[in-house]
Amino acid sequence: MATKKTRDRVLTILSLLFLLVFIGFAENHLDLYIVRILNVCAIYAILGMSMNLINGFTGLFSLGHAGFMAVGAYTTALLTIPPAVKEQIFYLVPLVEPLDRLNLPFPIALFVGGLLAALVGGLIAAPTLRLKGDYLAIATLGFAEIIRVVFTNTQNITNGALGLKGIPALTNLWWSFGTAAFTLVILLSLINSSYGRALKASREDEIAAESMGTHLAKHKTFAFVLGAFFAGIGGGLLGNLLGTIDPKMFSFTFTFNILLIIVLGGMGSLTGSIISAFIVTIANEYLRILDESINLGFIVIQGKVGMRAVVFSALLMFVVLFYRHGLMGSNEFSWDRFFASKLYRRTLGRFTPGQRKGGYA
Amino acid sequence: MSMLKLEDVSMWFGGVAALKNFNLEVSQGEIVGLIGPNGAGKTTVFNIITGVYKPSRGKVYFLDREITGLRPDLITKAGIARTFQNIRLFKGLSVMENVLIAHHLHLKANYLEAILKLPGYRREERRMREESLALLERVGLADLRNERASALSYGMQRRLEIARALATNPKLLLLDEPAAGMNPKEAEDLTEFIKELRTEFDLSILLIEHHMDVVLNISKRIYVLDYGVMIASGRPEEVQNNQRVIEAYLGVNEDAED
Repeated sequence: MATKKTRDRVLTILSLLFLLVFIGFAENHLDLYIVRILNVCAIYAILGMSMNLINGFTGLFSLGHAGFMAVGAYTTALLTIPPAVKEQIFYLVPLVEPLDRLNLPFPIALFVGGLLAALVGGLIAAPTLRLKGDYLAIATLGFAEIIRVVFTNTQNITNGALGLKGIPALTNLWWSFGTAAFTLVILLSLINSSYGRALKASREDEIAAESMGTHLAKHKTFAFVLGAFFAGIGGGLLGNLLGTIDPKMFSFTFTFNILLIIVLGGMGSLTGSIISAFIVTIANEYLRILDESINLGFIVIQGKVGMRAVVFSALLMFVVLFYRHGLMGSNEFSWDRFFASKLYRRTLGRFTPGQRKGGYA
Repeated sequence: MSMLKLEDVSMWFGGVAALKNFNLEVSQGEIVGLIGPNGAGKTTVFNIITGVYKPSRGKVYFLDREITGLRPDLITKAGIARTFQNIRLFKGLSVMENVLIAHHLHLKANYLEAILKLPGYRREERRMREESLALLERVGLADLRNERASALSYGMQRRLEIARALATNPKLLLLDEPAAGMNPKEAEDLTEFIKELRTEFDLSILLIEHHMDVVLNISKRIYVLDYGVMIASGRPEEVQNNQRVIEAYLGVNEDAED
């Protein structure tokens, strides 16, 4: 008799195998456009999970995510662009000394990008984490803007408003999905440990957490720094996927997109962030028709660029007003929950009544 | 031996003196009551002891070591735990998690060991769970350990708060109105419960309470505060018949409730 535990284990291994085969297939056979969207999905999942650690689990309302991503993206890009290409890009003001010749393998560049983002996170954590709620949001938002403005003006490092071009396209599905899986494993493990409980305690009630012996500043800073680290890595992956980055890309709208993902997926649910990262990214592509003009035969609706953003804003409002817990609330995905869900029972569940071992027990 | 000692502690909020030259002492194993009308400064005393406020003047000693203005978590680590007047549980977390969090301060494993789930951490986690479960059994909440704390009844939440405070392994327990909102029967049960806990966990207890029968029954000594000033102290029967105490409670302050 198969127990639930073995059933879950088998299902998990099977899904992982399926995912591996799928990535292998997609990488070689699928349309480049689709591969790119899948990459973006995985990267947004990383960004969502890292922001969820800060906002959802630790309860710090931070809006500085774009800043961390920018640091990671620029670092990784500068470390991976070949020297010859750098010379062409920096034609106005040459790149500073060691950076112009530095060229590191992709994984190391990603890691350094993450570390630098974490360092920046640590630096701003000290002054801003004394603030709470909306004050923290404003301070971190300001930080992200400062990063953007600094990157626009440090021409000899970032090439200013021209941005970086010719970043080698090193991000593939293996890297993006692999990093997403790594992020999930690490963050899940943290959340389910005693330290994770301490983070959640400080979210629930700071005064109580403190009088139960939780060192608030230490735990908050750690969550912030770790979140910044993964945001930096996500930014690095994104830069090397898109091939070009410029400071404008890392404006508040970017943070807002990630915020939409974690709110929709459920504040305090990592797997929720992953699911909603895929939904939001794919929806973003499908809703492209809204930006173009639509011909309904009898009437032609003139497209407006930016209509998608309106839809997403409305979606966010809807979620916050009527569906505050998002897709997953503060729960994580589990096979039990999956089999019990409406989605499963109305679709796959119809065709396999009680044939699975241990199902419907 | 002196557990807790407050020496000439004063606390001002702007121009308002919440506490003036207050002295207090709790000895090993003693249950001491702290009473007074609403707004008398009782909870301020608790907040000063636990490091939420730094007193404007005066000193706080715990086990003959000065702890004035120390960070709250360090004071808890030193051995002072508290409950709150308006229950402050981690409402969205489970009953078990509430108690587990209070065990966290004894954790030796660092972040990395915890994330990688190394054997040392696993051992500690197992021990934390066993101890938490034992505590929940002791307060009669073991069956509800997977419920959300917010789903518990009022009386149960009070008991969970006490269990959580005990999980920090304190030597001194500060109870802020533990019997608030309870009927006489429940308050009586609580009195017994507190007495049992004192012997079982070898505690000294300082308690704020409005239920006079609870305080008089349980405390060895009582301090009475009114407008931030100590107006009486001594054994329950002495305090009970003190004219100034009676006035403070019944005569002068018409707005006082409870």
